[in-house]
Amino acid sequence: MEKVLELLREDARVSTKDMAIMLNISEEEVIDKMKSLEKNNIILKYTAIVNEDKLSEDKVSAFIEAKVTPEREMGFDAIAERIYKFPQVKSLYLMSGGFDFLILVEGDSLKDVAMFVSEKLSTLEYVQSIATHFLLKKYKENGINMDAEKKADNRIAVIP
Amino acid sequence: MIDKIADSIKEIEPSGIRRFFDIVSQRKNVISLGVGEPDFTTPWNIIEASFYSLEKGRTHYTSNYGLPELRQEISKYLKKYNLDYNEKEIIVTVGGSEGIDMALRGILNPGDEIIVPEPIFVPYKPLATMLRAKPVTIDTSKNGFKLTAEELEKHITPKTKAVILCYPNNPTGVILEKEELIAISKVIKKHKIWCITDEVYSELTYENEHFSIGEIEGMKEYTIYLNGFSKAFAMTGWRIGYLAADRKIIEQLIKLHQYAIMCAPVMSQYAALEGLKNSMPQVQKMRESYNRRRRLIVHGLREIGFTVFEPKGAMYVFPNISKTGLTAEEFAVKLLEEKNVAVVPGDAFGKEYKNYIRCSYATSIEDIKEALKRIDEFVNKK
Repeated sequence: MEKVLELLREDARVSTKDMAIMLNISEEEVIDKMKSLEKNNIILKYTAIVNEDKLSEDKVSAFIEAKVTPEREMGFDAIAERIYKFPQVKSLYLMSGGFDFLILVEGDSLKDVAMFVSEKLSTLEYVQSIATHFLLKKYKENGINMDAEKKADNRIAVIP
Repeated sequence: MIDKIADSIKEIEPSGIRRFFDIVSQRKNVISLGVGEPDFTTPWNIIEASFYSLEKGRTHYTSNYGLPELRQEISKYLKKYNLDYNEKEIIVTVGGSEGIDMALRGILNPGDEIIVPEPIFVPYKPLATMLRAKPVTIDTSKNGFKLTAEELEKHITPKTKAVILCYPNNPTGVILEKEELIAISKVIKKHKIWCITDEVYSELTYENEHFSIGEIEGMKEYTIYLNGFSKAFAMTGWRIGYLAADRKIIEQLIKLHQYAIMCAPVMSQYAALEGLKNSMPQVQKMRESYNRRRRLIVHGLREIGFTVFEPKGAMYVFPNISKTGLTAEEFAVKLLEEKNVAVVPGDAFGKEYKNYIRCSYATSIEDIKEALKRIDEFVNKK
């Protein structure tokens, strides 16, 4: 994997100066590389991974399995676009197996999500059937362990 | 009854830096660059394999030599360093440390001399002393912390029995290149002495591929090869390593292991087996991570104004702190008291090294940066 990308995936706030030192290249090279990654839409955005459970605002998320009928001259991509343009849709994947789309929907309340599913999603003409699974707890996301408090270093402080 | 303790133990000098260790252990929230072990937890598949083995009731003694499948896997693994040891030429040990003890006890008679190039990891000298052998130290600082064939030759006497090689080196991070090892091997063969080579940091080299002296034509009969899982696989607490040597030597050494240890812990053996089979990609990732932190700390220490020899292996850097006018212990104690950062005084690794400190970079980038900032404030009185 691209080394600059690897460092950014670990910590997007790492400075270009430190990256240059760690990768033994010039800071200009690091900056150029980042620009090119951004320009080519490889890096889309720098964001934070948030442990929602720690926030007071109770968001509700649901994974929705949807079976659809791809229409002539439309295919899955066009249907997907119709779905992911709703801001409530956080993630959307085309899947193999028993259903076609896996849709992650987020709302302010259970009712909010339910309304969106019943009024917006299930009413789309090419959607055949829908199964909604509400998310109860997140353990791990993007490789980050959600309940990991800052891990204490339990090594002995000085060992020869 | 204390006067009836064995003389050989009483004669071992207590470590000169014990006072420092005591001070460190009493403090809280120390940022430590003093830890000689990986900051990674053991890869999960290794931990899980150990659970599984216990679940299956694999809780019994193994062969004294270690599980045959583990020795086969070690034998395969060593081929990557062009080392040819079959499963009968390997003893699975309780960490690299047992291997060191076994090798020394296996070859030293009272009065023998053993050459110990310093600075070096701590146990060789006291263990040799306990055997009533005489450690003969070589100060390698004038040769960029490398043992040279010339220096080795100079220190050989009719009583010399062995030389210790510990490269990649703890505490300096120095490695020996192929040509340097070939020159050393000629001296070893010429004088027919043992070469105990402790290569526990063999996976942690950053510029060159690791080269083992055991690979050199004709060296097998002189070599006792030590390695372990602690550093490469982040498995320090599992206490699992191995010793490899020619079959005839193993047949003698196994007696020590058999009567003193019986066998290495079985769950650690299964864990090590999983490590060799399936964790090499993680070993590679850990090496890359250490490499980045190595560059960060070397750069940072140089910016502070220290003379820093560039380490090419292991997980340590050994800056010269002369410019501060402090001895290593004074430096370490003051740094700890004023800035709560721990480093290891260089004289822990040989009494000549009062102008050096050992900093380990096996700690988080965040902590390395904070430690560097505090050392800078401490040294340059910012």
